Amino acid sequence: MMHGRIARRLVGSTMTGVTYGAAALAILPLAAILGMLLLKGAGSINWDFFVKSAVPVGEPGGGFANAIVGTLIIVGLACTVGVPIGVATGIFLAEFGGGRFGFTIRFVADVLNGVPSIVIGIFAWTWLVKPMGHFSALAGGCALAVILVPILARTTEEMVRLVPNSLREAGLALGYPRWRTSLLIVARTAGAGIVTGCLVAVARVAGETAPLLFTALGNQFFSTRLQAPMAALPLQVYNYAVGPYDEWHRQAWAGALVLIVLVLALSLIARAVVRAKRQHA
Amino acid sequence: MRHVIRAAATAAVGLVALAGSLSAQAEIRVTGAGATFPYPIYSKWMLEYTVVRPHVQINYQSIGSGGGIRQFTDRTVDFGATDGPMTDSQIAVVHGNVMHLPTVLGAVVPTYNIPGVNAKLRFTGEVLAGIFLGQITKWNDSRIAAINPDVQLPDQDIVVAHRSDGSGTTYIWTDYLSKVSPDWAQRVGKGTSVNWPVGLGGQGNPGVANTVKQTPGSIGYVELIYALQNKIGYGAVRNSAGNYIDASLESTTAAATAAVSALDENTDFRVSITDPAGAQAYPIASFTWLLVPKQISDPVKGRALVEFVWWATHEGQKYCNALGYATLPDRVVQLEEQRLKSITVNGTAVLPAGYGRRGR
Amino acid sequence: MTIPAAVLEPEASPQATAEERWRALKTVSPGDVVYRTVLTVFALLLPLVLVTIALELGVNAWPAVAKFGFGFLTHSTWDPVRGEFGALPLIFGTLYSSLVALVIAVPLALGCAIFLTEFAPRWIRTPAATLIELLAAVPSVIYGLWGIFVLIPLLRDHFWPVARHALSWLPIFGGVFYGPSVLAGGVILSIMVLPYIAAVSREVLLAVPPSQREAGLALGATRWETVWTVILPYGRAGIIGAVILGLGRALGETMAVTMVIGNRHEVSASLLQPGYTIAAAIANEFSEAVSDIHLSALFFVGAVLFLITIAVNALARVLVWRVARGSAIGSTAI
Repeated sequence: MMHGRIARRLVGSTMTGVTYGAAALAILPLAAILGMLLLKGAGSINWDFFVKSAVPVGEPGGGFANAIVGTLIIVGLACTVGVPIGVATGIFLAEFGGGRFGFTIRFVADVLNGVPSIVIGIFAWTWLVKPMGHFSALAGGCALAVILVPILARTTEEMVRLVPNSLREAGLALGYPRWRTSLLIVARTAGAGIVTGCLVAVARVAGETAPLLFTALGNQFFSTRLQAPMAALPLQVYNYAVGPYDEWHRQAWAGALVLIVLVLALSLIARAVVRAKRQHA
Repeated sequence: MRHVIRAAATAAVGLVALAGSLSAQAEIRVTGAGATFPYPIYSKWMLEYTVVRPHVQINYQSIGSGGGIRQFTDRTVDFGATDGPMTDSQIAVVHGNVMHLPTVLGAVVPTYNIPGVNAKLRFTGEVLAGIFLGQITKWNDSRIAAINPDVQLPDQDIVVAHRSDGSGTTYIWTDYLSKVSPDWAQRVGKGTSVNWPVGLGGQGNPGVANTVKQTPGSIGYVELIYALQNKIGYGAVRNSAGNYIDASLESTTAAATAAVSALDENTDFRVSITDPAGAQAYPIASFTWLLVPKQISDPVKGRALVEFVWWATHEGQKYCNALGYATLPDRVVQLEEQRLKSITVNGTAVLPAGYGRRGR
Repeated sequence: MTIPAAVLEPEASPQATAEERWRALKTVSPGDVVYRTVLTVFALLLPLVLVTIALELGVNAWPAVAKFGFGFLTHSTWDPVRGEFGALPLIFGTLYSSLVALVIAVPLALGCAIFLTEFAPRWIRTPAATLIELLAAVPSVIYGLWGIFVLIPLLRDHFWPVARHALSWLPIFGGVFYGPSVLAGGVILSIMVLPYIAAVSREVLLAVPPSQREAGLALGATRWETVWTVILPYGRAGIIGAVILGLGRALGETMAVTMVIGNRHEVSASLLQPGYTIAAAIANEFSEAVSDIHLSALFFVGAVLFLITIAVNALARVLVWRVARGSAIGSTAI
């Protein structure tokens, strides 16, 4: 009996340690990747990097300004198109999504989440680039929106579900029709959470390369025109990384560092808001 | 907090809208896409050209030769670029409204990593084909040793590295192998993507270069400029005259000379210059082409594009050598001048008569 | 105005959906109809996009389907020059690398989830969960670069020279190891899917009623034994669902995989040999594909991947929903 008890306790302690190990092992790659980027990229980050566009090879200076601004614009476009659709779908799923129709929409969102982004890029090319006759930032933004919407729909749904039913009841009890309750009380209460969902989705699409390849195409020049090709951070990073020049490689690492800092910062803000919300929900 | 976020979001949307509306600039924008092989020199040209013509922005993105042909055919770009010329059936799709214009010459070199061997190895076409077919599997194989008598080759397995993505570099390499090895031509053939009998696939030139760098006993093929910039060792290849030639700018230009003197006046420039005649010619070299419509619909863009190509084939050539590309032979440039002058918009020639006589 | 019955007698279960409570009220106003219609219209856009993508894949794949039939799925030759395409190595590589990814990621992810819900001190739980979820935010290209410069040298120069003495006799570790391989691809994929499996499993474990845990402990089980014999079996369906969800992610991953897997159209049992996946092949060859049949073959194999993804997601959702009914499991991490 004694033997059994000790053995069981040993197993328990060991497995506890194993789970600690698993967590540590999971975080290790993150640290390794950040470390590598810092090592290779931090040296090339300077003021020029953020304000100057690409210069011819061999000339000093030059930076990723066109790519950084391009990413901000294209992602902004994706949000303008994708956020209303995603949030609306999410509210729909939370408020009216109990039946079979809701099940279908939810399932479709999940499947879309799993479609490789290059397929979405090809899809956007067929419907937005070819008919228009040219590449454009607009097409790039729409391609990213297609990736954004399913993510946002699901996160919005979860945030809206967290709103206690007592709030809905209070609204109804006070005489508000259902739609006003849903929109003005429930959705507004979930507002911070919805914004969080947006940040999470934006973090994901900001790093996508493949969909932009056939839509925004990329641009060496600084351009803010929505109807013209536009540069983007992940695209430029990739182009420079596969080029032959060391100078390009250094800038690619720096670009990757900027990209990941941007993405991680957004994700951290999102998580912080979510956890604060969950504690009060 | 919520209000801050909301305000920031509104500001961001406002900025985007503002930026979009601030597009009223009097600039001519020309877009092209295609080959990755000449991307370094094209991007250099297009940035240098903004000094010559400040209001013209030519945006070129390297999405691949096949992509360049496709986008050109679908008319989503103003011009295309390709390392492998369009086939007759592809030209038929655009009803013949395309002109192939060579811009630079490039070379592809065999690069290797053999522990203990620092000398420059020599290769023949048959040996290279044998290695890439998987028939020659060890570095100290008699066929390699026979042409490298002064080098101590180890008893080590050969690891082949090739491109996994379709590429013009592969096209040039397999074009050469098809010419020098009937076995290769029959079993594999030439193309931007082929069915490799053996080897690891790396993505892009750096993918192959990295694989070779990190794998002892490996051999791969990369553009000359990659080998030069990354200081990787590469071998000399025997040409049809029997000389072992090191890839260089001179030997690349020499490769074009023989083929070029055989060009007739009405050539469409779709020529392959691998395995050419010429004592000092490097055997694995190629033109790369711009695809330009013969009849352009937009007069403003058309003029800007044609003038750019003129500049690129004349003044632009001085940037080639520093980046590892060889310049076009004079005869090619002369023939191109005639072609460029024949490009029309709505029936009229884009370039005025007498263009270029003052050396512009 | 009368007070609705639903307000006077709130239902016991906090999980009752808004839908059920609304129905009890039976208030209809024109604003409600408009509101619901507008939302429904927005929601319909998703299936519209999905159907359009499916149609586009199908239509473009048709020439290849007509030419190769289902032999496409069983042949191994991928020859763009001759126009012969067989996707077996792609399908095999996709499934094999994803399997390796799961074998590595599932125990680790479960360990993390259990750590975060059961054993971690309170103050560690939030930061640790955040860090693990951050793995999901790293772009694929960056994973690929890390794979080339850190992972492959690590595997080839440090792991294998040591491990070969024990493992090289096994067929799945056979052949010479050059670095780029199914193993490298599987490891990278495992890192990429781990945060999803961990986050979803964590939600599932959190949804297990405390009474179960208390019952186990009350019967004298140690904390670990409670986890192993009570909690995990209770959440088994949901965890399986989380795993299948991770599998869905692994199947579609492109950039990182193609940079480390060796890109070879060949079926081999050994993990140390190079391989290829569907998504990687599409990404590599799409831009340069010159012939129509080559393009069509790529669409065909893309359609195959699409169908596999649908099947996997269907399975995952059904299983996850059984346990954690109603809540959008895993959506915050995805």
